[in-house]
Amino acid sequence: MISSYQKTERKTGSEQRRQFLCTVMFCGMLMLLGKAIFLQVLEKDFLKHQGDIRHIVDVNVSAYRGKIVDRNGEPLAISTPVKSVWVNPKQVSDVASQHITGLENLLKMPHGKFTKIIEKNADKHFVFLKRHVSPVVAAQVKALKITGVHLDREFKRFYPSGEITGHLLGFTNIDDAGQEGLELAFDDVLRGVQGKKRVMRDGKKNIIADIEEISSPVPGRDLQISIDSRLQYLAYRELKLAVKSHQASSGSLVMLDAKTGEVLAVVNQPSFNPNDRGDLQGYRYRNRAMTDVFEPGSTVKPFVIASALDGGYVSANDVVDTSPGFYRIGRNVVRDFRNYGVLGLTDILKKSSNVAVSKIANEMPAEEMWGFYNRLGMGQSAGVGFPGEASGTLIDYQYMDDFEQATLSFGYGVSMSVIQLARAYTALADDGLLHSVTLFKRDYDEDSQRVFTPKTASNIRAMLEHVVEKDGTAYKARVAGYSVAGKTGTVKKIINGRYSNEQYLSLFVGMIPAQDPRLVMAVLIDEPTVGGYYGGAVAGPVFSKVMSRSMRILGVDPSFQRDQKKPLVLAVQGYRP
Amino acid sequence: MGKGAQRWLDLGFFRFQPSEMIKITTPAAIAWYFSEHALPPRWKELFIALLLVAIPTFLIAKQPDLGTAILIASSGTAVFFFAGISWRIMLSSVVSLIALTPVLWHFMHDYQRARVITFLNPESDPIGRGYHIIQSKIAIGSGGLYGKGWLESTQAKLDFLPERSTDFIFAVFAEEFGLLGCVSLLFLYLLITMRSLYIAVNAQDTFCRLLAGSLSVTFFVYVFVNIGMVIGILPVVGVPLPLISYGGTSMVTLLIGFGIVSLTTALTDLSSLYL
Repeated sequence: MISSYQKTERKTGSEQRRQFLCTVMFCGMLMLLGKAIFLQVLEKDFLKHQGDIRHIVDVNVSAYRGKIVDRNGEPLAISTPVKSVWVNPKQVSDVASQHITGLENLLKMPHGKFTKIIEKNADKHFVFLKRHVSPVVAAQVKALKITGVHLDREFKRFYPSGEITGHLLGFTNIDDAGQEGLELAFDDVLRGVQGKKRVMRDGKKNIIADIEEISSPVPGRDLQISIDSRLQYLAYRELKLAVKSHQASSGSLVMLDAKTGEVLAVVNQPSFNPNDRGDLQGYRYRNRAMTDVFEPGSTVKPFVIASALDGGYVSANDVVDTSPGFYRIGRNVVRDFRNYGVLGLTDILKKSSNVAVSKIANEMPAEEMWGFYNRLGMGQSAGVGFPGEASGTLIDYQYMDDFEQATLSFGYGVSMSVIQLARAYTALADDGLLHSVTLFKRDYDEDSQRVFTPKTASNIRAMLEHVVEKDGTAYKARVAGYSVAGKTGTVKKIINGRYSNEQYLSLFVGMIPAQDPRLVMAVLIDEPTVGGYYGGAVAGPVFSKVMSRSMRILGVDPSFQRDQKKPLVLAVQGYRP
Repeated sequence: MGKGAQRWLDLGFFRFQPSEMIKITTPAAIAWYFSEHALPPRWKELFIALLLVAIPTFLIAKQPDLGTAILIASSGTAVFFFAGISWRIMLSSVVSLIALTPVLWHFMHDYQRARVITFLNPESDPIGRGYHIIQSKIAIGSGGLYGKGWLESTQAKLDFLPERSTDFIFAVFAEEFGLLGCVSLLFLYLLITMRSLYIAVNAQDTFCRLLAGSLSVTFFVYVFVNIGMVIGILPVVGVPLPLISYGGTSMVTLLIGFGIVSLTTALTDLSSLYL
């Protein structure tokens, strides 16, 4: 009885507790269920989307960067597909594997570097090990099959002509974006548009399937520039030789097509190789011909004479008395090298008399002379569109006294770049038409402006032909078989605010053939220290060497061959130059 | 080796997790101890029994294996509950346990604290510690009402979901079978628990009653802690989903548990067999 009572009592106690537990457990299950409903019904769309964005991702497909080719289609900058090696540190499990050593050897890393990279970036999913490896190395890396080490396709820029076109083309960075030169200026044309594709990716970020292409990469457009590689090479070689043999600090050269304003060659010294920029120093990669300015000196004298002729202040047969070799203007004196006596216009240019051009300049109103300078592009950028292109300066005529006007007439008080100087000469070369300059190929210049009358321009050219005669300042600039019109300049550099008597710029600007010029070229050699410093002696020979070859390359008829009926035999049968 | 925790003995042919067996032996020991004395237990017996639970729980928590520690503690507590200790004592224990939480926090491992923080705010470290729980919620949510179908779980198949064959298998299940599957599964678990509780309280023998009751509660705690963790209402602790998760030892102990409960129905007095 007692035991049966106890039993019932116990059972009832247990029963109570079982019911309590059942209630608790039921509530627990309801909680789980509630949360499941919350996730699977209410939050379903959000979570499904979250899931999709984790394994369905859009990845970029790198676009091919457009080529840069010269006017004849020769490649100057090309993109080659290369592989880049990267690692996902989260996937690397075995840093002690012997394959790791193999990888380090392949990528030329010091031993143990891989482990260091993994440790340092343990919380990252993506670290480049080495970018732009050759296909051979890439294949070997792939063959190692190290978990977590991957390869990506990228493009590497290559410049076949290396330092010859280094300044002009500039270069891209490792991400294929233009950094300098034309690569920078026309980055948006060359770059193209990255494509996108949708892929399925697993949790370790391996792409396991392509789902669809959203947009195909749009390759960048090729850029054809006005440069002629053959002339560019010639110009580079001769300039480099001249800078080296005269132990000059730098040099620049610009060659323009006299009819179209196209830049056919633009080179500088010192240069750099854009394919190997390991030791790139700032002073090497300036495109000095476009970014640096200098005082043009005597090279502007033909413009003064031309202005005076067109303005009617002198006539072709006038003479100027330069004795006693200097010319006093107020408290200042303009000096010649020696007393040249009475000079005709031709002799003024031939002897480069400062006194004579000063006297002619002072015949003209300052405003009118300034107007000619201004129309020749002085004080304004040449408008090529090159990054960092200089404008130079031109003193305002309102602040000009007679002496300042005189110094302006022999090229002081005005500054310009080599390309501006060469451009100004197109006004003499193309019968008074100043051409716009361009780095792109074209057949015709629609933006040419008349500065001088055709008669004046051809008169000046005829006068400038005498500069390269035996007793002219630039006999060394002559080109056998072709008539040359040109002008030298030997400019004192401003050192610490004073004109130096030791540091000079040597200049020569010339046109060829003189009667109907095809080419205009300006050569600047900065601070020659060996073998003279006169423009005719230092810069003149560069003109001669470059032009004598260029004329043949371009197939220009020699000037002396005026008799068209009797053809000159330039080649032996079967021989092709 | 499971993420640095030392929980395994390698027996060569079979890796054995000793803490698994404790899940059976601890409640068995207390049940036997209580059944040898008059019920409800007095203070002295309660104290000794408490030690019997506390020592293995503490050692295993120190291992560190919080999941198993929780299971052992709850299996012990369940014996106390079925032994008939007063509601008053239980209520005051719960209150003092809550009061002790800050102290417990102090004794926790850094990774355990991090798990609690992650539980409270998984987005605080979405690719680190919060990764598990966020991926698991995504997998469950992607299942929707009807699920993606058998073996169609993308989150699991594509390697996004960690521990997908062991502790986080419920997420895969939920993604593949949807809410309907979850309801069915929860219902089945509840059914098993209810049935074994029923068997327990109807046992003729005190030892059997206490042990079977404890094992039923433990089974439920298994399910609740695992699903609660996977679904995001509890912090991440390493507890497998009974009868579904891959893992040898836990399956063995679970089946031993089922054996004991089944025996309880078959035998009126199990303890007389070996006493």
